[in-house]
Amino acid sequence: MTQSFRLENVGLINRNKKISFKFNGKKYYGYEGDTLASALIANGVHLIGRSFKYHRPRGFFGAGVDEPYAIVQLYRNGETEPNIKATEQELFDGLVATSVNCWPSVKFDIGAINNFLKIFLPAGFYYKTFMWPKSFWYKVYEPFIRKAAGLGVASIKHDKERYEHKYEYCDLLIAGSGPSGLASAYAAAKNGARVILAEEKSRFGGTLLTSDVNIGNKSGKEWAEGIIAELTEMPNVTIKNRSQVFGYYDHNMLVMSERISDHLPKTKKFHPKQRLWYIRAKEVLISAGSIERPIVFGNNDTPGVMLSSAAKEYLKVYGVLVGKKPLIFTNNDSGYETAIEFKKNGIDPIILDTRENPQSEIVDDAKELGINIKFSYVVVAAQGYKKVKSADIAKISVNKEELGEIENIKCDCICVSGFWTPTIHLASQSGNKTKFNENIDAFVPGKSKQNETTLGAANGVYTLDETLKSSFETAHELSKKITNNDNKISFPNVIEKKSTTHDKFWCVPLPKGKNYKRFLDFQNDVAVSDIEIALKEGYRSIEHVKRYTTLGMATDQGKTSNLNGLQLVSKIENKVVPAVGHTTFRPPYSPVSIGAIVGREVGKHSKPTRKSPMHNWHEQNNAVFVDAGVWLRPRYYKIGDENLFEASKREAKNVRTNVGVCDVTTLGKIDIKGPDAGELLNRVYTNAWLKLPVGKARYGVMLREDGIVMDDGTTTRISENHYHMTTTTAQAANVLSHLEYYLQLVWPELNVNVVSTTEQWAGAAIAGPKSRDLLQKLFPSCDVSKEGLPFMGYMEGDLFGVKARIFRISFSGELAYEVNVESDNGNFMWEKIIEVGQAFKIQPYGTEALSTLRIEMGHVAGSELDGRTIPYDNSLEGLVSKKKDFIGKRSLTKEAFTAEDRQKVVGVVPLDKKTSIPEGSHLVKDSNAPLPNPKLGFISASCWSVEYDNPFSLAILKDGKNMIGKKLFVMSPLKNKVIPVEIVSSHYVDPKGERVRS
Amino acid sequence: MRSQNEFSYGGDATVKRPELNKDISDQEWNDFVYNRKSLRGKHWELWQHLSGCRQWIKVERDTATHEIFNTLKANEDISQ
Repeated sequence: MTQSFRLENVGLINRNKKISFKFNGKKYYGYEGDTLASALIANGVHLIGRSFKYHRPRGFFGAGVDEPYAIVQLYRNGETEPNIKATEQELFDGLVATSVNCWPSVKFDIGAINNFLKIFLPAGFYYKTFMWPKSFWYKVYEPFIRKAAGLGVASIKHDKERYEHKYEYCDLLIAGSGPSGLASAYAAAKNGARVILAEEKSRFGGTLLTSDVNIGNKSGKEWAEGIIAELTEMPNVTIKNRSQVFGYYDHNMLVMSERISDHLPKTKKFHPKQRLWYIRAKEVLISAGSIERPIVFGNNDTPGVMLSSAAKEYLKVYGVLVGKKPLIFTNNDSGYETAIEFKKNGIDPIILDTRENPQSEIVDDAKELGINIKFSYVVVAAQGYKKVKSADIAKISVNKEELGEIENIKCDCICVSGFWTPTIHLASQSGNKTKFNENIDAFVPGKSKQNETTLGAANGVYTLDETLKSSFETAHELSKKITNNDNKISFPNVIEKKSTTHDKFWCVPLPKGKNYKRFLDFQNDVAVSDIEIALKEGYRSIEHVKRYTTLGMATDQGKTSNLNGLQLVSKIENKVVPAVGHTTFRPPYSPVSIGAIVGREVGKHSKPTRKSPMHNWHEQNNAVFVDAGVWLRPRYYKIGDENLFEASKREAKNVRTNVGVCDVTTLGKIDIKGPDAGELLNRVYTNAWLKLPVGKARYGVMLREDGIVMDDGTTTRISENHYHMTTTTAQAANVLSHLEYYLQLVWPELNVNVVSTTEQWAGAAIAGPKSRDLLQKLFPSCDVSKEGLPFMGYMEGDLFGVKARIFRISFSGELAYEVNVESDNGNFMWEKIIEVGQAFKIQPYGTEALSTLRIEMGHVAGSELDGRTIPYDNSLEGLVSKKKDFIGKRSLTKEAFTAEDRQKVVGVVPLDKKTSIPEGSHLVKDSNAPLPNPKLGFISASCWSVEYDNPFSLAILKDGKNMIGKKLFVMSPLKNKVIPVEIVSSHYVDPKGERVRS
Repeated sequence: MRSQNEFSYGGDATVKRPELNKDISDQEWNDFVYNRKSLRGKHWELWQHLSGCRQWIKVERDTATHEIFNTLKANEDISQ
C-alpha cells in the first residue's frame, strides 16, 4: 500500500529508511522517525479502535501524550503489551499492533449496538443497570463488560525484559524541552548548575519544531538544535529524551520513566527496556507546555475530528496530511497556523472561526493566502460513521445561542482548536494550589508549595518572547542561588506573529430537533448529556460528578476533557469555573509500566535470600527447600522417589525411634547484656525471670500491650549479666525492635544492651531417644548425663576443637539438645554430627517433620500464635505470673479474655482415623445446619501422627476446655469436605512430658 | 538525608506507657493501648531507623503533606 497522505520534502523523518509494520494483520510501510499514528495516517488509516462504552469508531485525536483514542495492543519481540498510545509509540521494523476494545473486529464491532441502545447507558450506568438482579452480576454482566470494555490484554507470560531504577541528584530538573525548557536549561547550565533536562518525546524542541518563529536569526527548530548540541557537550548537563517526568513527590523528589528500548524492535543485550529515575532536585522548572483543548459539537468523536495542533504536528514533523479536504474549526489564532501549513503544501482548507471579526497578523496572512474563512461560523455536527465525510455548519449569533441555517460541506477532517490548557499536573502534584486565569479560561499554578517554578505555556504564557525572557531570567536567578555564579547570557532577538484574543466559546448548541452526542471525555465516552443527568440527579461536587460519570477517569486522565467538563458544570450550576474547582491531579501523569515500577526487584531479587552455613550440605543431600521468611530451610530430604508426605513421615519417625538432626540456624537470636538484663526479661516475658540461675534456660512467652501473644522462645543465662534469647524465625526482627523500643523510649533507665546474633551462630537440634548417646560421643569431655546436663540446662563444650554452646531444650518433645557454634564452623559441626551419628542411625529432618513432631506433642507455634490468641488460648496460662507486672498484663483482665467459654487449643482426630484434615477448616456442631453455620473454631495445624499412624490436628476451639471428648464436624467448603471428628487433648503424644525430661 | 525505606513507623509519640505495677482504670489503659487521634496535620510520631543505626526517634510530621518539621532523639521530650 502506498503512503498516499505523505508529503514530499516535508518533515523530520528519515526517508532513506523505510520500515514495514502490521496493523490488524495488514502490512504497511512508514519511515524511521514515524510514530505508529503518523505512519497509519500516512497510509490513510483513521479507524483504529472502538470507544469504551458505546463502541463508536475511534481514530486519532492528538499527536502525543494527550491522545484519548488511539490505544493499541503492541507485539514486540515475542512479548505483548496493552494500553500503548499509537501517537507515542515510535515505529520500528516489524512492529505489530492490533486494535483493542473491539470484538470481533474493528470494522464490525458487536458492542456498537450500545451506540443504538445508548438511551440505556446514561451516566452512572454501571451503578444503576448492572446491580439487578444480583445473581446476574457474576454470570452475565461482569463477563460481558469485561469482554466488551477492555483496554487490551495483559501478557500472562513472565516479562523477560530488564527494567532498572536509577537515583539521581541535580540542582535543576527541567521537565519539558520546549522553548522555556531549552532556555532555562541553557541559562542554568551556563551558570554552572547541574541540570537534568527531560523530554517525553523522541525529539527535543517541543513547539519550536512546528511553529513559524525566528530566534536570533534562526528558525525555532534550528535554534533548538543549536542549544541541544551545546548542552550535550556540557559535563554538568544530562539531557534525556523519551523521558517522562510523571510524578512530583514529597521533599522535591520526582520520578521519571525513560523509555530506552521501546522504539527498537528488540532490546539490545545488557540494555534495560525502561529505566525509572528517582530524582532529587534542588529546584524544579516545569516547562511542560500546554495541550490544545477541543470545542464540543455534535458527533465530535468521529474519526477525522482532531486537534488542530496535532494536524500541524503530523504535517510538519512527519510530513503527513491528516486529510486532503480539511476544515479548521477554531476560536483563536492557533487554527490559522494549521490552515496556513495546509495551504503552503497545496491543500485548500476552510476556516470556521467562531469570532466575528478578529484582527491580527496571522488572520491577515491567511486572508492574503486566499484561504476561505467563514467568521461567526461553527461546526454543528460531523457527518460520517467510520470517517468524517462532511460537516454540518451554521452561522452563530453574537450571543452564541442561536444557530443559523444548517449547511453541509464536504470535508475529510475537522481540525479543532478551542485554545490552550496549561499542563499543570506536576505543579499540582507538588501541592501547588492552582488558580483560574480568566484571560485563558484555564487553571495555572499559584504559589509554589515545594521548590517548583512553572514557566512558559504551562504557566499560561503563550508568547515566545515572554516565555524565553522569563525562562532565561528564572533559571539564571535559581542557578545563581545554588552555584553563586553570575554568568548571564545575552538574550536573543525573537520574531513571532502577534495574536489577538480568543473567543471563550467552547460548546456548540444542538440544532432544533437533533440529538447529536457531544462528547467531553473521548476515552470514557462521557457526553454533555451524561453530565446534565448527573447534575439533575443531585451530584454537585466535581469530584462526585467525575466518579459518577467517569469524566476524566480514563488512562488519559482527562487531558483534553477536564476543562470542558468544568465549563459545562459551571454553566449548568450557574457558577464560575474556579468556584467549581478542578479534580485532583495525581501521579502518574501518563501510564507507567508495572515493570518499570518494580525494576530489578523481581523473582529472587525481590528480597534477600538467607542461607544457613549448612546450606550446601542440604543441597548435596537432596533437600527440598521452603521459604521461611527470607530464609531457605530444608523442608525434607528426599530419598529415591519419596514425596513430601513419605519423606517427612520417615524423618519424624526416625526422631521418635533413633535420633535426628535439624538445622535451626534460622531461629532468631538476641544477645542481651547488662546489669539490668534480668529485669528487662522479667518485664518482657509473662513468667518470672529474676531467679534464673547462671547456666540455665527458661521458656518464655512475650505479649504485646494488648495482651496478644507476640512470640515465644527460650532464653539462657550464659553468665551473671549475659543472656542469650531465641525467638521464632518469623518474629526475630520484630522482637529486636520491640526490645529496642522499650529500652530506648519507655525504660531508658535500664542498663541493658541488645543485639541480634542470629547470623553469628549456626544451630543444630539433635532430637530423639539416642540423642544423649550421640552427644556424649560428640563431647567426650563433658558430662551430659541426666544429672550433669538436666532438662533446661546449659553448658559450653569442645566439639573436636571447636567451641560450642550446648542447650538441653526441645521443640520435638523428645529428649533433645541444641548445639550452637560460630557460623563459620557450622558446616564442620553438621558434618561431625552426621558422621558420628551414623552409629545411632541419625537422619537429618526438615521443617515438615519438625512440624509433625511439635503438632502431635501439642507444642504451639506460629499457626497458633497468630496474632489473635492470648496465653490461655494456647494453654500457656501457667506461664503467666500473678505476682509481677509485664508488658500486656493489664489487658489480660479484659472481659473477653476472661470469658468462661474462651477459645483454647485442642487436638482433633478424625473418627475414621484416615481422612486428613485440611488446615484452615472450620469446626461446627452440625454439618447440616443452614448457612451461615455457626463456627466454633478452626484447624490451625495438621499432621500425620507418626506415633499413632493416623491424622492429627490442632485447633483453636471455643470453650475448648470443656470440649474434650465431644464429637464435631470439620468443614472445608474450599475443599468440599465434611469430616466427623473427635476433640482430644492437644498433648496427643507424651502428655506428661516425660520424654524431654528423661 | 536518609531514604525513607530505612525507617519503620512506630505510632504516636505522645502516648506515654503507664508505669509498671500502677493501679489504673480500664479507661486509662484503653487510652494507652487503643485510643488514638487520627490527626490531619502536624503530628509527633515514632520512627525507628531500622535498616541503619536502629535508634528510635521522634518526628514531627504533617500527616497530609508528609512535611517534616522537627526531629528528636528517643530520650528528648516533646515540648509543646
